[in-house]
Amino acid sequence: MTMKHAAPVNTAAGRVTRRNFLGGAAAAAGAFTFGFSFPLPQNAVAQTATPEVNAWVVIQPDDTVIIRIARIEMGQGALTGLAQLVAEDLDCDWSKVRYELIDPGANKARAMVWKSQQTGGSRSIRGSHDYLRLGGAQARAILVTAAARQWGVQPDTCSVTKGVIRHAASGRSTTYGAIAAAATGIAPPADVKLKDPMDWTIVGQPVKRIDTLDKLDGSLVYGMDISMPGMLVAIPKACPVHGGKLKSFDAAAVSSMRGVKLVLKVDDETVAVVADTFWRAKSALDALPIVWDEGENAEVSSETIAATLREGLSAPEAFVGNRAGDAKAVLAGARRVLEADYGFPFQNHAPMEVLSATVRWTPERCEAWVPTQAPDTALTAVVAAAGLPAQSCDLHIMRIGGSFGRRLSTEYVQIATRIAKALPGTPVKMMWTREEDMLQGRFHPVTQARFRGALDAQGNIEALHMRLSGQSILSYALPNLMTANGDPIVYQGLLADGPEGHLGYTIPNLLIDYAMRNPHIRPGFWRGVNLNQNAVYMECFIDELAAAAGQDPLAFRRRLMRNHPKHLAVLEAAAKGIGWDTPPAPGRARGIAQIMGFGSYVAAAAEVSVTNGQLKMHRIVAATDPGHVVNPQQVDAQVAGSFVYGLSAMIYGECTVKDGRIEQENFDTYNVLRLDEMPEVEVISMPSGGFWGGVGEPTIAVAAPAVLNAVFAATGKRVRQLPLKNVDLNVS
Amino acid sequence: MAKLNVNGNLLEIDVEDDTPLLWVIREHVGLTGTKYGCGVAQCGACTVHLDGVATRSCALPVSAITPEQKILTIEGLGAQTPHPVQQVWAELDVAQCGYCQVGMIMAAASLLAQNTHTSDADIRSEITNICRCGTYTRVLAGVKLAAERMAANRG
Repeated sequence: MTMKHAAPVNTAAGRVTRRNFLGGAAAAAGAFTFGFSFPLPQNAVAQTATPEVNAWVVIQPDDTVIIRIARIEMGQGALTGLAQLVAEDLDCDWSKVRYELIDPGANKARAMVWKSQQTGGSRSIRGSHDYLRLGGAQARAILVTAAARQWGVQPDTCSVTKGVIRHAASGRSTTYGAIAAAATGIAPPADVKLKDPMDWTIVGQPVKRIDTLDKLDGSLVYGMDISMPGMLVAIPKACPVHGGKLKSFDAAAVSSMRGVKLVLKVDDETVAVVADTFWRAKSALDALPIVWDEGENAEVSSETIAATLREGLSAPEAFVGNRAGDAKAVLAGARRVLEADYGFPFQNHAPMEVLSATVRWTPERCEAWVPTQAPDTALTAVVAAAGLPAQSCDLHIMRIGGSFGRRLSTEYVQIATRIAKALPGTPVKMMWTREEDMLQGRFHPVTQARFRGALDAQGNIEALHMRLSGQSILSYALPNLMTANGDPIVYQGLLADGPEGHLGYTIPNLLIDYAMRNPHIRPGFWRGVNLNQNAVYMECFIDELAAAAGQDPLAFRRRLMRNHPKHLAVLEAAAKGIGWDTPPAPGRARGIAQIMGFGSYVAAAAEVSVTNGQLKMHRIVAATDPGHVVNPQQVDAQVAGSFVYGLSAMIYGECTVKDGRIEQENFDTYNVLRLDEMPEVEVISMPSGGFWGGVGEPTIAVAAPAVLNAVFAATGKRVRQLPLKNVDLNVS
Repeated sequence: MAKLNVNGNLLEIDVEDDTPLLWVIREHVGLTGTKYGCGVAQCGACTVHLDGVATRSCALPVSAITPEQKILTIEGLGAQTPHPVQQVWAELDVAQCGYCQVGMIMAAASLLAQNTHTSDADIRSEITNICRCGTYTRVLAGVKLAAERMAANRG
């Protein structure tokens, strides 16, 4: 069921012994203490012989509480937050909590008792808090029932504090660890109640992550780090023009190179070299003569794609995403109309760990070790490529070095499985190069937007038409989710209503529509997804309207937001945090932005200066209302990280297309934000209760428009085409 | 044949001269704490110490290294007791996915070995490793706290 007992460990010579501080026992004994009791590393808790209390909870005789985690941890901290939710209603001692990961085959075998493992859309916490708290509460009830039976008392006369069950009337007590063995087979009572959020003691606390220590000494085994006896390394290369084909390759030219075992056609568009090490496989792949049939997209460029999207900006036919009144009619007769076009480029996820998967195929069985955000789909991909019955295939979850949506797709799992199938019995670790990862990404979709806004004599917005044109992720990745309105997630943050992300402005005559224009570059779900460009477009154009109306950007928004108190509350908080009511220091300027997405309300306020065309971001304040906060310090980390992701995209993020292929192959041409440019970040977490929103993504969307609006305040220049690196900010 | 001193062990390894140190460490020595991120010395995930100096191992061929040069990897850093940077990293919960953090820690440890009276500006300009999760604010706080502790311990 768990990953690590099945995963091979690093066996090569030279590995230093495990550091004493990594052993939970040693740490607890005071050999080295961090002031917090850290859990054992994951592999130390796997393969426990202790029977479970229920699907979520295993308690060992020494009172160690093992909580099963079904969602994927990829840096976002969900693992710890999910464990907090179970632990809260379990009433256990948090310092004794360890974790165990669930493999998708185990989940299937138990009728999906751990529910969805899909990890995306900032959904881990908000999509599972109810059944996790229930799982904890039911485990608590089972343990209390077991103790009450032993004592011959009623369960409801017992209390629990930090894993110690007490019967006050008789003075008896026991611990979860002592009673767990007697709890086997007890069904939970039907009427288990969840705690009132007012009574939470673990949820809402800034506890540290429970999976940190083996990240600090190099001992955590990521997908790329797998090693097993006899293992070979495969590096694939697919046609750089998406949709093109592999025509031919000259294996003989490289087959005598040292270490090379096999050169093979993987599928219609992919060739791979298998060797005994990465470097030998890469050296051979670099030397391999390959002929591509680049197909019909070989002439496509960023310019031709932009022209296609530009046509969509005025195309008569479009899907409608949000409509109120009659925007077109009002615009036609308006006294003053403001117009602007915006654009947002392709971007690569560029996680630090590139794609990999390790597979061992035999005619009887296929076993895969895969870093994935979609375990179920990934297992299906293994089954499909292995050509074996589903029950003969297994997939073990591997830890991930960043993902940001990239591993929601599973094509790399199929590639790895096909390669392994060509080498029966041999474990093959497929690793991508950074260059392959950059060329074969699932890119942030390319879009443009055209605004037409009408202002009345008092500077009110009478009508607004926002036309989106560009790429649909769903039409490529999940076409079965397309609706009569085209791709429903194109309108993230712009919808009329709903819990996911609705527009925070009331505009009497509003039309938001969408002309779908799909270039051949494959799109994917990129952290923040369509909220990112929608927030840039809407928040920058609202700023343009405010300036045209001669009004303060905050005051202008307030009037539009009277019916949207939660949107407004975070905006006010961010503005207050930056000191909106007091003028900035000379040479500095400020900007604000807000949006709702992934169920949460977010806003940002930025303070910048522009000197000789050089932007410096001094401070940025974020305000977030996700309804409930499970771990405030992890929310801080996610919000600060969201700024890095969003500001990287704003300043540098651009993948251009020439001769049908992506031009950027590594970080030297696809730069990202580094420490020297990181502004001071202040996070205001303001959960208002009553709903559950996501945290991992929404703040990304407000990072760029807050800074771009500040850039306008500093320079008078509107940046409408990202990224900023292409824009001259010198004031002439 | 490469002769390398890795974490105090003198090793003879049969690899081609152009093999980057990173892959020798990972695949031949078997120490996988040092990570592949870019292969072109851009991201710093592969940072090791070469005679105490933070060095990106992914673009450094083994033929350029002599047996006298001491290579220290994350597995050798604080092998007896955790390095102050590792300790601070745990206290501040700096890591997110953790993949780049070994490189960050090696870069920070090298910087602080040279100068514990380092300024914010020094840290910002010297630590150029890429983190896509976006841990920079805690990295900065962590290096500063580790610097204070190391300076205090040195009296």
